[in-house]
Amino acid sequence: MIRTTCRVLLCIAALALARPVAAVERATLTVFAAASLDAPFRELAREFERHEAGLRVRFNLAGSQQLAAQLRQGASADIFASADEHWMAVVDSSGVLASTPVLFAQSALTVIIPRTNPARITRLEDLARRGIKLVIGADAVPVGHYTREMLQKLGQQPGYAPGYARRVLANTVSEEENVRSVVNKVQLGEADAGVVYRSDVSPALVRYVRELPLPDAANVVASYPIAVLRGARDRAAAERFVALVLSQRGQAILAKHRMRPAAVRAR
Amino acid sequence: MTDSRVTRRRPRAGLLALAVVPIVTLLVLPVAAVYLRLDVSTVLVKLAEPEILDALRLSLITSLAAMLLVVVLGTPLAYLLATRRFVGRRVLEALVDLPMVLPPTVAGFALLMAFGRAGLAGQALQLVGIELPFTTAAVVVAQAFMAAPFYVSAARAGFEGVDVRLLEAAAMLGADERARFLRVMAPLAAPALVAGATMAFARALGEFGATITFAGNLPGTTRTLPLAVYVALQSDLDAALVLSALLLAVSFVLLLVLRGSLARPAWMGRDAAR
Repeated sequence: MIRTTCRVLLCIAALALARPVAAVERATLTVFAAASLDAPFRELAREFERHEAGLRVRFNLAGSQQLAAQLRQGASADIFASADEHWMAVVDSSGVLASTPVLFAQSALTVIIPRTNPARITRLEDLARRGIKLVIGADAVPVGHYTREMLQKLGQQPGYAPGYARRVLANTVSEEENVRSVVNKVQLGEADAGVVYRSDVSPALVRYVRELPLPDAANVVASYPIAVLRGARDRAAAERFVALVLSQRGQAILAKHRMRPAAVRAR
Repeated sequence: MTDSRVTRRRPRAGLLALAVVPIVTLLVLPVAAVYLRLDVSTVLVKLAEPEILDALRLSLITSLAAMLLVVVLGTPLAYLLATRRFVGRRVLEALVDLPMVLPPTVAGFALLMAFGRAGLAGQALQLVGIELPFTTAAVVVAQAFMAAPFYVSAARAGFEGVDVRLLEAAAMLGADERARFLRVMAPLAAPALVAGATMAFARALGEFGATITFAGNLPGTTRTLPLAVYVALQSDLDAALVLSALLLAVSFVLLLVLRGSLARPAWMGRDAAR
């Protein structure tokens, strides 16, 4: 029994050790990116790695507020890409940025509901109906902050009853720590509705969820800034990654993922 | 055992002490670091915040409920595993222990797949009007799932530790299985049951991953202390510190009480907790 266990453990150890031999040492670029940048940034990383032999891009994807907290606590990374300017400013104020933040993309919000539509939601007004299970981002998470802003604006549109935003927010059953968690809860059919970025509604997701479009007048502009960090081990490489994001090719990749190009300098 | 030569021989005190320094440092330093960072005024301010009290209350209530659930559902299982030999017993044991080694997030996801609205059992539950996700009940289910192995294995060991001769004697005196369980097994295994239940409570109190995945995160309803720490870590480090200290203190006292009750089962007269 003990011998069998030892053998199994040895095999596991051998497997674990065997891998790195094949994947030769390559320098790594660590990118702290907002969870909503998952898909476009993975594609950008592939593009980057194609041109940069010997460089590998590694991501830490989470809510921008969580990334900001990690960076302020001394986490080591090369690049920070935030889903709003607030958390970039917070990180900037702690003195860990090596470059001025640059806005590289914009996004907008959308309401998603499961294709099964368990709560029979057909219009945005339905979100205020009692008993709807709404999942949104927590207030500290960029998407959660944008969501509250959007609901206030939506409530002021003609045709919406007074107290709309308050009643919608009262239907919140969970405040998630990043937009991916909001998407997951709706995709699984556990939530009746969720508020996410337009860029989250990927072709793969459309099989599970339907969008309830927001009027432009009520929507918000989510601005994504990016910056190189002071702790970057290879600052030149980090700057080349940022340059790729801002390049025509990079902006085209972002556009493919339903983000609006916005290569301009942030305040 | 106390009079055996091995335990009586004095250890090489200096060498042994040196050998335990690294591990004790690893275990103690993080706890000490939390308390050293605390200052009294912050604690008082933060403890007055309703969100922190809500989280504490919710944690205590749900952990207690999870513990009761585990005891009620787990005792027959522990008894079965301790007293019967049957095909598939090994498999059942492994299944019971699974949550102990499962990443809690996986557990939460699996719970969603089972008891979520679109889940295997969830659809049936919905027919009788029960929707678990995003409710306090879901927190209890997640905690019970993660805590169950701690109780079941302790209770099983307790039942197995009961002297067979006492059971045989009881049987000869005409006690049926029910009477043997209630009058002999349960009282003798009681310290182990209490220890297991306390461990289950402590595990439930610390539950995070399964809860946030299965039950969600809403103040007052599903945001337990560990979730509140997680949220606070991203925005309010002072609150995170106070919450962590609170959680550490409650857990430590629980474990201390547990040790105490194991060392001296006052109403037993002998050390029955093997």
